[in-house]
Amino acid sequence: MSNTVTIVTGKKRRGGGVALSGLAWIVGTLFVLPVLWMALTSFHAEEDAAKNPPAVAAPLTLDGYRSFFDSGPWPSIANSLTASILSTVLVILLAFPAAYALSIKPVKKWTDVMFFFLSTKMLPVVAGLLPIYLFAQFTGLLDNIWLLIVLYTSMNLPIAVWMLRSFLAEVPVEILEAASVDGAGLIRTLRSVVAPVVTPGIASAALICFIFSWNELLFARVLTGTVAQTAPVFLTGFVTSQGLFLAKVCAASLVVSLPVLIAGFAAQDKLVQGLSLGAVK
Amino acid sequence: MSVDTEARPSGRHAAGPPGSQSTMLRKTGDWARRAPLLPALIFMIVVTQLPFVVTIITSFMDWNAYYPDERGFAGIDNFRRVLTDANTRQAILVTILLTAAVVLISLLLGLGIALLLDRRFRGRGIVRTMMITPFLVVPVAAALLWKHALYNPEYGLFNGLLTWIFGDNAPQPDWISNQPLWSVIFALVWQWTPFMMLILLAGLQSRPLDVIEAAGIDGASQWDIFRYMTLPHLRQYLELSALLGSIYVVQNFDAVFTITSGGLGTANLPYTIYQTFYTAHDYGRASAAGVIVVIGTIIIATFALRSVSSLFKEEGR
Repeated sequence: MSNTVTIVTGKKRRGGGVALSGLAWIVGTLFVLPVLWMALTSFHAEEDAAKNPPAVAAPLTLDGYRSFFDSGPWPSIANSLTASILSTVLVILLAFPAAYALSIKPVKKWTDVMFFFLSTKMLPVVAGLLPIYLFAQFTGLLDNIWLLIVLYTSMNLPIAVWMLRSFLAEVPVEILEAASVDGAGLIRTLRSVVAPVVTPGIASAALICFIFSWNELLFARVLTGTVAQTAPVFLTGFVTSQGLFLAKVCAASLVVSLPVLIAGFAAQDKLVQGLSLGAVK
Repeated sequence: MSVDTEARPSGRHAAGPPGSQSTMLRKTGDWARRAPLLPALIFMIVVTQLPFVVTIITSFMDWNAYYPDERGFAGIDNFRRVLTDANTRQAILVTILLTAAVVLISLLLGLGIALLLDRRFRGRGIVRTMMITPFLVVPVAAALLWKHALYNPEYGLFNGLLTWIFGDNAPQPDWISNQPLWSVIFALVWQWTPFMMLILLAGLQSRPLDVIEAAGIDGASQWDIFRYMTLPHLRQYLELSALLGSIYVVQNFDAVFTITSGGLGTANLPYTIYQTFYTAHDYGRASAAGVIVVIGTIIIATFALRSVSSLFKEEGR
């Protein structure tokens, strides 16, 4: 009896299933289409890039990329790499001990501390921008990449603490107690009991921090100039150019997005876990 | 595992039954437990709270970098000026509209797409990768893409497609001029739907499948399963994605700055404050606007945080 029921529902699902799978493919294609269009345009000559109707089959060329790289983007890309990588390292160094204190052996009122961290994310960035600008002006830190590194660290630290805490919370207390009964010290416990559980968590936290730092524009635009300019600020140079060099704009956008695209594609599952603040088991 | 079961009872006996863990903790000492937390906590207070104190002080001052001699105490003048200013009120309205529209639309779209991708079908991995792509494009780059390659009335893809379909007499709307706010909203929905979809998909895949199968065998319809089992399970994930999405979209600067440069009635609060301070150099007024934004955010966040606290209830610790 129950056997026939499953077969029937199975058949019904398969019938509608093809349509739903098709729909999924269509939606996915629609979402990726703008990026594909950007990629195709970046390989077109400028006169083909700005055609209506679109010149899809126009010959491909690297001119867009050539003129982008001729405009000197490397220092800003190097700045972005420096700021994103160093701030990510700092975030993890600060967040891991904090998350440990909030989960494995929670301090009193640990939920209040957690909410304090999250609440700093809700403090609008613009409300702190002016004092930071004045401070930088006063101390001569304007256009200095280290100021950005510190700010990006504060921007991502709360998220990392939340994520790492929920990963650490998955380490069973029993195992920790067992380790301490067996005479393992703190370092040893961290290395052989905690680390294996949280290494994927640290990786996903680092990935998210890297992406958000790499993408940040407001701080970078206000606080950097020529020396410490980041890649997104470099891109804003194209904002007013009314698409006159569309292929170049597309090439620039793609190149600047490439590190994030590669990192994101390579670590899709970690991205998911990270985005949900580690709440996904 | 055997070590675990052996060690636990002996630990219990040593410390006395109910409070075994808490006595252990007390022995470690409060400070030893707090120490690892302090660097992060102090860092956050110094970098995020101190500047805000300065913002509050500045908000009560006359301070325009163009007129350095007129610096002084202003009382609540800045606040009065900000709150009676039509531009600021417009910016508040735009911020609310923009955030609500982007979060709601991308949440609903994200839910629908997550349900589509929750099923097994050929190429699911590829479709998921395609879906994630918008989220991974640098926001400024994405905004440039929408402004120049898609929305442009002369050679943008949208009008190009219209020409393709309807021929030379096809309508060629100027998307950004006609619907400036929706142009920004649409581009942001494209960027944020993948974010919502990813979190909700993870939520869907953490459902207890055996229970759902049992319900199906017991004759529950697909809709019933969705309404009474899937949706309640997803509640946490919906709340979390709405909260995180709001945090980021409220503060959006890149899209407004790039697509419309705040023109045509699309200036939101972050953009307006940026202009007041960066272009007009009116520090006092920018600070007052900042303080008002923070007060508004605190009010909204209080409600938001209450719902997120359900994330903690699930845990036994």
